[in-house]
Amino acid sequence: MRAETREHLFDVAVIGAGVVGCAVARDIGRRGMSCVLVDRADDVGDATSKANTAILHTGFDAEPGTLESRLVARGHQLLSDYAGEAGVALERIGALVLAWDDDQRAALPGLREKALSNGYGAVAVLDAHEAYRREPFLGPGCLGALAIPDESIIDPWSTTIALATDAVRSGVDLRLETEVVGVTTVAGVHRLETTTGSLAARWVCNVAGLGADRLDNIFGHAEFHVTARRGQLVVFDKMARQLVSSILLPVPTQRSKGVLVAPTVYGNVLLGPTAEDLDDRTDTASTADGVEQLRAAGSRVLPRLLDEEVTSVFAGLRAATEHRDFQIRAYPEERYLCVGGIRSTGLTASMAIAEHVVELLGSAGEDVVRLDDASGATRFPPLGECQVRPYRDAALIATDPEYGRIVCHCELVSAGELRDAFESPVPPRSTGGIRRRTRAMNGRCQGFYCAATVVSALAAARGIDPRHLLGLDGGQS
Amino acid sequence: MTTGRVQSEACAREVADVVVIGSGPAGLAAATAIRRSHPGRVLVVERQARAGGIPAQCDHRGFGLRDLHRSYSGPDYSRALAGQALEAGVEIITETTAFIESDGALAITGPAGLRHVEAAHVLLATGARERPRTARLVPGTRPAGVFTTGQLQQFVRRSLPVGSRALVVGAEHVSFSAVLTLREAGVAVRAMVTDLEEAQSLPVANAVLRHLYRVPLMTRTAVVSLEGRRRLQGVTLEDCVTGARLSVEVDTIVFSGGWVPEYGLARSAGVVLDPGSGGPAVDALGRTSRIGWFAAGNLVHPVETADSTAVQAARVGAGMAASLTRTRGPLAPAVPVRVAAPLAWVWPNLVRPGLTSGGDVTLLRTAEFGAQRSVRFSQDGRELGTYRIRHLTPNRSLRVGAAWRNGVSAEGGLVTASLH
Repeated sequence: MRAETREHLFDVAVIGAGVVGCAVARDIGRRGMSCVLVDRADDVGDATSKANTAILHTGFDAEPGTLESRLVARGHQLLSDYAGEAGVALERIGALVLAWDDDQRAALPGLREKALSNGYGAVAVLDAHEAYRREPFLGPGCLGALAIPDESIIDPWSTTIALATDAVRSGVDLRLETEVVGVTTVAGVHRLETTTGSLAARWVCNVAGLGADRLDNIFGHAEFHVTARRGQLVVFDKMARQLVSSILLPVPTQRSKGVLVAPTVYGNVLLGPTAEDLDDRTDTASTADGVEQLRAAGSRVLPRLLDEEVTSVFAGLRAATEHRDFQIRAYPEERYLCVGGIRSTGLTASMAIAEHVVELLGSAGEDVVRLDDASGATRFPPLGECQVRPYRDAALIATDPEYGRIVCHCELVSAGELRDAFESPVPPRSTGGIRRRTRAMNGRCQGFYCAATVVSALAAARGIDPRHLLGLDGGQS
Repeated sequence: MTTGRVQSEACAREVADVVVIGSGPAGLAAATAIRRSHPGRVLVVERQARAGGIPAQCDHRGFGLRDLHRSYSGPDYSRALAGQALEAGVEIITETTAFIESDGALAITGPAGLRHVEAAHVLLATGARERPRTARLVPGTRPAGVFTTGQLQQFVRRSLPVGSRALVVGAEHVSFSAVLTLREAGVAVRAMVTDLEEAQSLPVANAVLRHLYRVPLMTRTAVVSLEGRRRLQGVTLEDCVTGARLSVEVDTIVFSGGWVPEYGLARSAGVVLDPGSGGPAVDALGRTSRIGWFAAGNLVHPVETADSTAVQAARVGAGMAASLTRTRGPLAPAVPVRVAAPLAWVWPNLVRPGLTSGGDVTLLRTAEFGAQRSVRFSQDGRELGTYRIRHLTPNRSLRVGAAWRNGVSAEGGLVTASLH
């Protein structure tokens, strides 16, 4: 139906609206190409991008010489700048890689060398005394640490939503709840059959995350296989933030960066992730074993953390492959770009990946002349504890009392912020979408007070039956 | 990491003799008691749209027997307490949330603006909330259909849909309230599950559940996993004794009880907490570790029934009014009271020897069932008092006398409460 009425030929169809897809679409849109961004979920950043450790990495421990190493370092810079412009919360709190036995202590100088090979020179090896001085609540037995002062924490949800919003403002056509079910290419035009109609585009950019290998197969390529690697995470009550001031990392292994303890920009403390390879690419359930494993790891690093109330437990799936680098390839003759194998560093690297994709398009002869971007980034609502949030902004409340009308008491979210989210260019369609845009229902009571209010407000704003929001309309997908 | 005060020069001030945070039964009863014997400004700050706290959303009857001497519905009881407070000259401001600035000062925010609060006394009466699924570390998916009783009640009051088949986790007073609410909403209750050996509410509640509602009570049963993507589809239960597992198809689960004090404001204000209750450590007059800051109600004894909470809080209020008129010196040193397992907490948990003791009740909680036991209070091996207890039931109020406090020595160590 839609195919007949909307026979628009897009320059690029970006498939997958995670943080990387949003960054790519934004960059394409800003360069004057027409772009459609599709995702099967009802929100941007609703898969891998919503459940991560929210760290802006320096790339100090990347594999030197890889594309990932280069894009993480560049992405760190780009996203730091963007966060500042867009008002996305970011705190440069630094990280400590902690050594708990002689082998780990012996590994620290090697890690420092690796950081230097990655072009990051600000690392320093600390003795145990200095580690405890910086983090007095560390458990007993820490033998030393490597300090990485530029590791930062960032608001991962606002990052994705900000990039998506800028993309939409640049003219990108964002289509959510749109799953690509088939692709045919005739006379150099890709026709995507989707659950909401067909689309035509000259280029397809595959940023489908956990589904990137399958889409790659559809295009006749088989360069990598995705394995869903589940990461369970425990979020502790905000009162725990006084126990830790920097990101506490273990010495990494080949397979994983390991279980970390890190503050979040919202003021909580995060413990995780696990690294479990699954056959099911949709299994985001937490498990008793996973949580127990995290608690055991946490009890060694920061014993007092376990005395604090848990605010939430969740699990995310990252797209691991058999390769130890991003899988980014351009096939100019097919006008197809694959951006696969984006691992846990995807948030950090997102904007650099976008820059790289645009370069690849340019090399393929596309006109990617930089627009003078006078409008700049849109300013986003302050959600970080390092920012002045509306509830404590006297001048703002004086101009609009809705910013003083608190709906979520745990996270101090106002009716004004909910309204702004509903009226924004990429509005929430689900309760999860509200949580990520405003923090409402994300606090220690998990909706004891505000869930009914928030669900009613969302149903009213969308003009839909609340049964749909509450999963009582039959569908489970 | 937080920034300092925001535009403090532009910020209005709210000046009062006493500011009470929370307008539940404790806050209102204490404010009324203060205002009745003190002519100054007593301000109650409530974050919800109406005064009354938790009872305001409990439609069933049975509120007010101990303090107002008749049976009210929750909302009527809340109105009665608020009416009493207003009549005494208390000011109540709703839709206003208190928070602590980075320098430890109290501030409030609401549609009327951001204000810094200056008060001789602050009473924390922020109450308690139920521990949600996440804090109970119940694994599985994160679908819709997972509630606490409070959330369920608000859904039903707003006519939001609740599902068709439910499981209630917990078997304390509030759990039965959850069953009532579910039935009113037309939801079939498949079972009530508790990991304890028995239900912990009144025998009559058990009888109604079993014989009238025909809801099975599953004891020694734990919830080990939730399933379903958008909506809850099933719950896996485990027999705590045999380890046998059972799947139950439900689209709604209510995690009831498991009360946690609403400690956020207290902790941000630097008030020392009691390791047992998780609320502020207080003496019998509600005095906390911070001079001029008091705490009362289910924030410090999570949880007592609304009426007995009001009775205890009125005593705290009377004490606050008396201390407003006295010249204040430094607080007398406090001796902490700790509980030994299976006791869970004791109120009061600070004793200030030589000062007015305030009331004649000691409240306790146990984590285990028992019968014909005694609670002994001792300090440095010296017995301060022993009280017989006929039945010990977890999640139920346990009351003994207060004479043991008279023997506490200011020079001594911790007081211990233990079961024998």
